[in-house]
Amino acid sequence: MLKLDEIQKRLLREVADLHQVPEGAYNIRSNGQSAGRQSTANIEITSKTDVSGLEVRIKPFTKNESVHIPVVMTESGMKEVVYNDFYVGEGADVVIVAGCGIDNCGNQDSQHDGIHRFFVGKNAKLKYVEKHYGSGEGSGKRILNPGTEVYQEKGSTVEMEMVQIKGVDDTKRTTTARLAAGAKLLVRERLMTHGEQNAVSTYVVTLDGPDASADVVSRSVARDKSFQKFDAKIVGNAPCHGHTECDSIIMDEGRILAVPGLEANHVDAALVHEAAIGKIAGEQIVKLMTLGLTEQEAEEQIINGFLQ
Amino acid sequence: MLNVTNLSFSVTVDGKRRDIIRQVDLTVPDGKLVVITGPNGSGKSTLAKLIAGIETPTAGRVIFNGEDVTALPIHERARRGIAFAFQQPVRFKGIRVLDLIRIATGKSLSAADACEYLSAVGLCAREYIDREVNASLSGGELKRIEIATVLARGAGLSIFDEPEAGIDLWSFQNLIAVFQKMRANIQNSSILVISHQERILNIADEIVVLKDGAIDRQGPRQAILPTLTGTMDLGCHKQMNAQGGCAGC
Ligand SMILES: Nc1ncnc2c1ncn2[C@@H]1O[C@H](COP(=O)(O)OP(=O)(O)OP(=O)(O)O)[C@@H](O)[C@H]1O
Ligand SMILES: [Mg+2]
Repeated sequence: MLKLDEIQKRLLREVADLHQVPEGAYNIRSNGQSAGRQSTANIEITSKTDVSGLEVRIKPFTKNESVHIPVVMTESGMKEVVYNDFYVGEGADVVIVAGCGIDNCGNQDSQHDGIHRFFVGKNAKLKYVEKHYGSGEGSGKRILNPGTEVYQEKGSTVEMEMVQIKGVDDTKRTTTARLAAGAKLLVRERLMTHGEQNAVSTYVVTLDGPDASADVVSRSVARDKSFQKFDAKIVGNAPCHGHTECDSIIMDEGRILAVPGLEANHVDAALVHEAAIGKIAGEQIVKLMTLGLTEQEAEEQIINGFLQ
Repeated sequence: MLNVTNLSFSVTVDGKRRDIIRQVDLTVPDGKLVVITGPNGSGKSTLAKLIAGIETPTAGRVIFNGEDVTALPIHERARRGIAFAFQQPVRFKGIRVLDLIRIATGKSLSAADACEYLSAVGLCAREYIDREVNASLSGGELKRIEIATVLARGAGLSIFDEPEAGIDLWSFQNLIAVFQKMRANIQNSSILVISHQERILNIADEIVVLKDGAIDRQGPRQAILPTLTGTMDLGCHKQMNAQGGCAGC
């Protein structure tokens, strides 16, 4: 069933830390087709019938199970839009690992647009990890446009970790979330762009219920001539807490635009935005050089730590 | 052994030349602990930075173990055995204490071994080893971590710029003990401490007094220390701060 070549295996390692077939439920999508799928007693994965994509249903109170749904693309010039819906039942506690790796050796653009919707039930806990990775020497671009919609019921917790460190030429990430009473959303985004890359990340988080809270934190590095835009908006419609933070290192001729957006529609909505953009502090480099690192090694250490 | 000859450093501020270090001659022999003292702004930190390669001298030479290192960049001097604990240590987001100590030793040291250096400066190693060297650390904690990284270097010349600053009285005892222990174990290496603290001056083999960027006097502790006690202007501010405050400063 699972037939993957070496490049595909490498991509899988990069985006999902997978060295072999994962435990638990999984679906591996390779060049537009399912290369392997497994449901479990509590987690059912089915294909959508109208459009390309999956439905993942997690039974209420499922604990400590995981779902892996990595995507790998190695055919140049391929373009796909995939719609995946996740239903996380009441009181469940699960980890979902998505991720997309594109290897483009050709001269045509390869593009994967993954639209993910999460319906998170009462008091459920979800950890969602999404990694993006691009490789290949071709002149064709590697394009990823993830769209994420999160609907959180009362008392649910969602922790999202988004990572894109290498090789993706163009990304438009759009994330929207709606939180009911007592729900909690934590987003940690880590991004590095090189060359002429372009990355736009847009968040709209709406806190509808009392005591809902959101913490959206982005750490990014823009090198060479790359461009990044971080546009995070939090809307508070109830007594709630919202915090967004954009912390960026800019290098070479990189450019970064941080757009804060806070909308308070309730007197007890406490919303905070922080943004800091700057180059690596010279004294940090000097300090590491006094420990014996070259300037370049020092820079790498600082960036690696920052994106950790 | 460190030899500094005719070392000078000038800057131009608003079109006017300012001499910050003037023709300094200094030797730090192997096996010795030398303390540099002098008023605020007299150029102590600048002299240390010239030795470590962080600033480039306008004239003069820095000779380390017989090699002229004046033209070498910071990391090359570090690799030859010059270590430097900053007066104001640097913070890093995402770099852990363990990472810094590993970089300092140049080895993939085990966490347990790294802990030894933290214990030496009076930090409970388990609590600190995985902490990030970021704004969450207090000034005193950061300062001790800085000292620990230099201990970890095990360098031929260890320079400490005002190691006492921000360190509480109780830990200060430990700090003196750290220097005494280092002092007892250096045959082929030496220690250079910049300090205003009498207790550190008390353990010096030699004392150098810097004033307006030039050496005012230098010699064995026994000769220099008595000349300092009457001149509290040579750093009473810092001394009192270290001991918990002098409202007037
Ligand atoms: N690069 C520079 N450009 C301009 N002025 C400088 C530069 N470096 C040092 N100085 C000045 O030289 C003087 C000596 O500074 P330095 O930091 O070496 O003093 P210090 O003896 O270490 O003082 P302290 O006891 O306060 O630490 C100060 O007046 C400082 O402002
Ligand atoms: Mg100083």
